[in-house]
Amino acid sequence: MNLHFKNKKVTGILTVLPAHEVHFEDEMENYNSTIAKSLKLKAAMGFNKKRIVADGVTSADLCIAGLTHLFDNETLRMEDVDALIMVTQSPDYIMPPTSNVIQGYFGLKHDMICLDINQGCAGYIVGLIQAFMLLDQGAINKVVLMNADVLSPKVSKKDRNSNPLIGDGASITIVEKSTDNEEIFVSIKMNGEGAFALQIPAGGARLPSSPETAILKEDKNGNLRSENHLVMKGDEVFNFVQTEVPPLIEELYDYSKIGKDDVDFYMFHQPNKFMLNKLADRLGVERDKMPSNIVENFGNSSGVTIPLAITFNLGDKLCNQKYRLCLSGFGVGLTWAGMMIDMKDLSLCKIIYN
Amino acid sequence: MKNRITEILREIRSEFDFSTSSNFIEDGMLDSFDIVNLVTMLDEEFKISIEGTQIIPDNFVSVESICSLLSKYVKE
Repeated sequence: MNLHFKNKKVTGILTVLPAHEVHFEDEMENYNSTIAKSLKLKAAMGFNKKRIVADGVTSADLCIAGLTHLFDNETLRMEDVDALIMVTQSPDYIMPPTSNVIQGYFGLKHDMICLDINQGCAGYIVGLIQAFMLLDQGAINKVVLMNADVLSPKVSKKDRNSNPLIGDGASITIVEKSTDNEEIFVSIKMNGEGAFALQIPAGGARLPSSPETAILKEDKNGNLRSENHLVMKGDEVFNFVQTEVPPLIEELYDYSKIGKDDVDFYMFHQPNKFMLNKLADRLGVERDKMPSNIVENFGNSSGVTIPLAITFNLGDKLCNQKYRLCLSGFGVGLTWAGMMIDMKDLSLCKIIYN
Repeated sequence: MKNRITEILREIRSEFDFSTSSNFIEDGMLDSFDIVNLVTMLDEEFKISIEGTQIIPDNFVSVESICSLLSKYVKE
């Protein structure tokens, strides 16, 4: 599905990362693998260090820290927030929505919309689509998009498929109406037949958490995880990404009439360096135009990796220069999406640590 | 090429004798992470980039299948 938006712009991006760092070597002995093999894997996948929250810190806590920063330094005024979107797979509660909890924490006005969206690796693009659609309404001038995931407690420390790469984080993106007439193009696809390639089996209504679901079981590769933990069918996900994402980006080139060389940077979701470099090679994109340095520095924080790639690699440059970006997210759902968007003159584009 | 592939396989999983197997995957000699390491080393050794869609178990079951895959990228 192709979507087109006009008269909308991103005016600020803040990412919020936990202060606590964990190095790959710190956890290497948990895996059912030799040290030599783990170190080879580290090099190939780009594992190095990741940021994870302290016990008890939630997705909402990271977003509240970010919003407090924005309100305190007057980048954002509370009364201007017309919609609060929260994209997460790790909400604070099954009910109420985390966006409402955050609205209540700050005592924001009642004449606004709060909305939670359950999305993962493509959640930044899904959230932006939702923000743009809300901005078509006359009553809505400014949308605050929050992407946050705290999945480290949901990953078995003895699962080398997932534990080395999962990091926690949040981002806050301010989206507003614009008179610039610049266009935004999106291609997005979903395939629920692959929904269980990335899954946390227990904890919902289908399989409530219980002492039985907490029992660690060994898979064929020697990984230990329970049904309360995230399980990723790595081979299926890799093949899905390599098969589906390149044609989607080519479709986006056609739809937007923006060619490969017209893009300044490809800010893609970053599951691991190996997968991303293969995508870059397949698309014929120079690797320095598609940064792959998020997993090695911060871990894979799901829908946060795209805004984190922007703040980490471009940062202040986006406050006074214009860049044409091709964004792409792919994963949970299965969902895969691409977006052509120009960003310039942001009021802020940075990372804070909490 | 076959000799170099065999050397790389030994570097990755030195505990196995790859000459005794007709299917590295079914015999448990290579798992998905070994394949990632193997592809990374083959890319570096032969100055190629094996396409992501080609990184499937069937292409890594034997030295012959790996040779066949590499022949798409390398001219001997």
